[in-house]
Amino acid sequence: MAAVGKTHAARWGVMNVVVVLYALFPVWWIAALSFKDPATLTDGDYIPRDWTLENYRGIFDTSEFTRALINSIGIALIATVIAVALGIMAAYAVARLRFPGKRLLIGMSLLIAMFPPISLVSPLFNIERIIGIFDTWIGLIIPYMTFSLPLAIYTLSAFFREIPWDLEKAAKVDGATPAQAFRMVIVPLAAPGVFTTAILVFIFCWNDFLFAISLTSTEAARTVPAAIAFFTGSSQFQQPTGSIAAAAVVITIPIVIFVLLFQRRIVAGLTSGAVKG
Amino acid sequence: MAEIILEGVTKRFPDGALAVKDVDLDIADGEFVILVGPSGCGKSTTLNMIAGLEDITEGTLRIGDRVVNDLAPKERDVAMVFQSYALYPHMNVRENMGFPLRLAKVDKVTINTKVEEAAEVLDLTEHLDRKPANLSGGQRQRVAMGRAIVRDPKAFLMDEPLSNLDAKLRVQMRTQISRLQRRLGTTTVYVTHDQTEAMTLGDRVVVMRQGLVQQIGTPAELYDFPRNIFVAGFIGSPAMNFLNATLEDGALRTALGDLPLDDRTRQSLERQNAPREVIVGLRPEAFEDVALSHDGDHAGPVFIATVEVLESLGSDVYVYFTAEGGPATTTELEELATDSGMRDTGADAHHIVVRLDAATRAREGEPVELRVHMAKAHVFDPATGANLTHPVGAA
Repeated sequence: MAAVGKTHAARWGVMNVVVVLYALFPVWWIAALSFKDPATLTDGDYIPRDWTLENYRGIFDTSEFTRALINSIGIALIATVIAVALGIMAAYAVARLRFPGKRLLIGMSLLIAMFPPISLVSPLFNIERIIGIFDTWIGLIIPYMTFSLPLAIYTLSAFFREIPWDLEKAAKVDGATPAQAFRMVIVPLAAPGVFTTAILVFIFCWNDFLFAISLTSTEAARTVPAAIAFFTGSSQFQQPTGSIAAAAVVITIPIVIFVLLFQRRIVAGLTSGAVKG
Repeated sequence: MAEIILEGVTKRFPDGALAVKDVDLDIADGEFVILVGPSGCGKSTTLNMIAGLEDITEGTLRIGDRVVNDLAPKERDVAMVFQSYALYPHMNVRENMGFPLRLAKVDKVTINTKVEEAAEVLDLTEHLDRKPANLSGGQRQRVAMGRAIVRDPKAFLMDEPLSNLDAKLRVQMRTQISRLQRRLGTTTVYVTHDQTEAMTLGDRVVVMRQGLVQQIGTPAELYDFPRNIFVAGFIGSPAMNFLNATLEDGALRTALGDLPLDDRTRQSLERQNAPREVIVGLRPEAFEDVALSHDGDHAGPVFIATVEVLESLGSDVYVYFTAEGGPATTTELEELATDSGMRDTGADAHHIVVRLDAATRAREGEPVELRVHMAKAHVFDPATGANLTHPVGAA
């Protein structure tokens, strides 16, 4: 029995290692590139022979990258907060209320999620130029919010459905207004869902390249993924590979921090004990 | 504390289904009233209408001296205990119990005092700082009760508060609820599908079926003078035995033999123009073992039955046997059989259950001589289900 358990564990162990290697290999590769100096960049080694921070120093030297980093953080955070706040309300309505046009609303939001963003880029470009929000934060926040809302509504309504109806009824009988019941009972219980959604939406906004490259033209609103595309080598004949690798590593860090920060809040079974079961 | 008055209260759902029809009910201040009936009879809907969680389609509902039809739950000042307890999982016991007071903007010191008082009463003091997830079923149930009593509401509404507990705990909590209600003297409406709970807890019991009130009365009234065959079959455990019978020459011709009617019953039947074909209902205790009776005791028809199953409870013995001829069936009885799950277990209403004194010498597989107390017999009209022996108002 114990032997069977051991081989079983060993098999799982091997599989885990394979999967982790598979997933992390590109990450390692890009990290390794970022630490190489231009001379050894193309030597094909997976471990840099001469470690250097030159690439990192290089990208922080000019305002091109730092400015983009600020844009990225600001735009992604604001878009996330708005999308999650709107998503909470919409998802609650979808999960709990019966209202005319509910199916239409769900269908529409699904439609937005399925619409290929590339087909919207040119119209958005024209619209934003005409109303004057091209190359501004708000010009990126609006499309990010719009495209992440369906995702937010879907994830959140699944969480709201898990919350027993009786809790709301109890709150109402206990003397809560519908708004109080929502704020004091429902939202705290949906917190894991809110954080999960926030992470997903943030990653979506953070990683977007298409809108960032099409709807910006200067450092005013250009986010990191777009800014990286504008990196140039130190001479005309040099590829900016090292700088791009360094920038890629740097922009991964906020995501990791964000996930680690909120991961604790995503505890399963927060609703246990509400009702018998 | 207040009285609750329902006048012609009706609930029709948007899809047209009629859940509750024309309920008239006067609940006195401090009274403990039970709404009982099989699932889908409208008892919970009625309770939700009193709480304000369901709209009232027609009729008026008064709590105290106010018509509350259009008031939100928070303005009605009633407390509710849910079957699922509905405790707030992110709050500890203290916060759960203090929640209604917090919403009412009571100051913190008073909240604390009240919560601690309630915890004392319910024996929850040591659990005040725990989360509901870490409590046992019985403790959660008590927290739910505590949340109701802290605010001293006009009325308690309880929706099957004990049905999630195991059998033993349920009996304990039943006594506790009864004691608590008597002590606080708060008007209470309690919904259950368990007739034992209804009989033991209530000052008065309302039996409902398909949205209609069947009978309102004290437990004893319902037991002794059921107004119709549904109430007769629903109240009492084991349930009343029903037999097809034919009225002939002042006697009921049944599978158990001819049961002569006493004068009172005969007169009552004549007055009501009883049909020839009737259903006779006999509670298990309407029988006695002839061998144990003293001479001249309660004269009554005697018959012999072969014992099929004998259940001894120590104090009593239940004897089961089969009567010839099919079982009495009406839509009401079928509904009761479905509700009690008799259909699913494959048992049929064909069996007659008889309660005998523990001293009986009846044995399984052997015949036993039984006497019927005709004074305890009920005669029902199979078409309307009405009780012809104890006509309306006799109680």
